[in-house]
Amino acid sequence: MRFMFIVTSAHVGPPPPALLEAMHKLADREIKAGRMLDNGGLMPLATGAQVRIKDGQLSVVDGPFVEAKEVIGGYAVFELRGKEEALASATEFMRLHKDLFPGWEGTCELRAFAPRGP
Amino acid sequence: MQSAAMTAADTHRAILAVWRIEQPRLITSLARILRDVPLAEDLTQEALLAALERWPATGVPEKPGAWLMATAKHRALDHLRRGRMLERKHEMIAWDMEEEQQAMPDLESALDDDIGDELLRLIFTACHPRLSREARAALALRMICGLTTEEIARAYLLPEASIAQRIVRAKRTLSESGLAYETPRGEELSERLSSVLEVVYLIFNEGYTAARGQDWLRPQLCNEALRLGRVLTSIAPHEPEAHGLLALMELNASRTAARTDAAGEPILMLDQNRELWDQLQIRRGMQSLGRAHELGGAGGIYVLQAAIIACHAQAGTAGDTDWPRIAGLYAELTAVVRSPIIDLNRAVAVGMAEGPEAALAIVDHLAHEPALKGYHLLPSVRGDLLHKLGRYEEARAAFEAAAALAGNTREHNLLRRRAAEAADAAMSS
Repeated sequence: MRFMFIVTSAHVGPPPPALLEAMHKLADREIKAGRMLDNGGLMPLATGAQVRIKDGQLSVVDGPFVEAKEVIGGYAVFELRGKEEALASATEFMRLHKDLFPGWEGTCELRAFAPRGP
Repeated sequence: MQSAAMTAADTHRAILAVWRIEQPRLITSLARILRDVPLAEDLTQEALLAALERWPATGVPEKPGAWLMATAKHRALDHLRRGRMLERKHEMIAWDMEEEQQAMPDLESALDDDIGDELLRLIFTACHPRLSREARAALALRMICGLTTEEIARAYLLPEASIAQRIVRAKRTLSESGLAYETPRGEELSERLSSVLEVVYLIFNEGYTAARGQDWLRPQLCNEALRLGRVLTSIAPHEPEAHGLLALMELNASRTAARTDAAGEPILMLDQNRELWDQLQIRRGMQSLGRAHELGGAGGIYVLQAAIIACHAQAGTAGDTDWPRIAGLYAELTAVVRSPIIDLNRAVAVGMAEGPEAALAIVDHLAHEPALKGYHLLPSVRGDLLHKLGRYEEARAAFEAAAALAGNTREHNLLRRRAAEAADAAMSS
């Protein structure tokens, strides 16, 4: 089963080097284990833009976004055996944040890709 | 992590999930300490049993990996101690536990190292050419993919006892032949790699064409093989055939969703809805194929097969397929490896590129090939060519012969249908 992990947080600013290093090691292990297919961190929302539809009107809004609270910071795509494995994997990832980034709060959402086919 | 709503079965699955993530590191670390892969595998299994016993009551610990590692490590230390104790009793020397602790290898530094090399050793040990292909497949699924014996048995539709026996025997062979801890290097590595690739592809095909049983596809085995393929390309990144095999598997697996209809009946490639082909997977396959070419591996057997499948993957419609190129690639492939099955596939490509007449000549040449005796695809391809030539009565007989040989229920039904179509065509012609 293919899963996407989406990490959101209200925290801005780069993670501490120890966390970066730990995440790098974890990603390396997951790639070598054949589970992680892709991953990436996203640049701050302030440098992005949003295209919205509201009240039937299309509009383009450039960053920064004052109202944005939880922002997507990164994602990863995994090929896993099932939700249990996804949960175990996401828990391990978040535990690194808990241990190495005191005060950080955020969410790792795990979502299975919709199946294809008949 | 646990909630009251979690059933025992949920907990069991959650533990196995954690286990599968941690297991390769457990085995590789223990193997380094013990210098014995099969023994390391035994002891990590003991750690799993301990977790299965403890965690349902205590909950999954905060750091499950560390817990498993500590438990496995204890078993390894116990094992070493027992060994040394026996030695010392022999010499009538008092045993000093403190001193013993000091003499133990530096575990922490062993654990923190890059596991790539150790993992490679693990794979090469599990897939040692001394072992039968079936044994290699079972060991790889168990030691590298972390499947339980029960899961492997289920995937292969075999009794658990036969898989357990297969694993025990294979491990004994490794220990007794002194092959429990070694890593091939240099030229030997490339040579030994083919034994690994062969097994990975065997696992993939077992899942992809499900030789036996009700289902046409057993995706779990395909996924395990794909995962093994990714492991190999990341720890042996300079081996073109490893990339070629991964490309071949990714490109084949990309058609999974299109291969069966809603009732589970197989759909042949040229009739598939190409919109259901997984473009992400095709892209990954093409990347691996590109990498293999960059490494100078265009003539390798997996790379050539991947290049053939890539022709299909890149054709927007069945009619766009570059059959002359496919036939050319098959000709290259037959020059590298003599295989009647590849000849049969070449016949199909030639049939599409040049017409059924030319293809039938190749197929008829294969009629007495001992390796194809009992292989249902030989009469099946023959039936298809005869049908195209309007020789319906002969086509019907060929399809019926093919149906009688097909071990898979779905495939059997498909061939029966084609025989009936040929019979109808014979009646009305």
